[in-house]
Amino acid sequence: MNEKKFVYVTYIDTTPEKLWEALTNTEFMKKYWFGSNFETDWKIGSTIKETQQDGSPGFQGEIVQFEPPQLLSYTFYTESEMKTQVTFDIKPQGATAVKLTTTHEGYEIGSKDYQSISEGWAAVLSSLKTFLEKGEPLSLGTWG
Amino acid sequence: MMDEVFKALADAGRRKLLDELHAKNGRTLGELCEHLAMSRQAVSKHLAILEKANLVVTVWQGREKLHYLNPVPLNEIYERWINKYESRRLAALSDLKKILEEKEKKQ
Repeated sequence: MNEKKFVYVTYIDTTPEKLWEALTNTEFMKKYWFGSNFETDWKIGSTIKETQQDGSPGFQGEIVQFEPPQLLSYTFYTESEMKTQVTFDIKPQGATAVKLTTTHEGYEIGSKDYQSISEGWAAVLSSLKTFLEKGEPLSLGTWG
Repeated sequence: MMDEVFKALADAGRRKLLDELHAKNGRTLGELCEHLAMSRQAVSKHLAILEKANLVVTVWQGREKLHYLNPVPLNEIYERWINKYESRRLAALSDLKKILEEKEKKQ
């Protein structure tokens, strides 16, 4: 196996529907994704494009899977990086919590964005959890 | 959840297992056993404790069960006591320590 994969699991006190809304409503995404803007219509095959708060380009990709409120997947690439894919898998956990598994795969070992993407996801997921449980995102500023 | 994280981390063998996954993620029980001076049963037991604390996540790939280091709980601990303005200074201090200690070793 010559490619890297990240698997992140986080438990959030919310419902699958609310988590789905947070993952796919671009106004909500902006709140926990450190002010980034997202453009997409979420149709399979459509593009998704991130613009960071300072106006610089973020990632771009295409929608691969869109199955509310369980499974969301899109390709993810930046100018300096190969095409990778991120998948969000939502499973109810008991009556009041949700297990979110985020998988990001397709990295080649030693690729230069590897470390920053790894840290970026940990921060975005933590901010998402705070946003859903407390109604406000963490004030972490921008990525990195 | 946080109690379980600290209990899971309070064992040198389990920290070594996390080191192994940090060095190379997505490994089977068998692959992990090759690098550790522990019985297969002990490694399996430690992995179960790490998984319960959400520090390790398993994914089935065909007939293989792969283990991944999940940094989410560690990030929560980090964010609880370290604020964003400190993180750059801490990274600079950590780099300084690494460079100086590396030099010591070489001399």
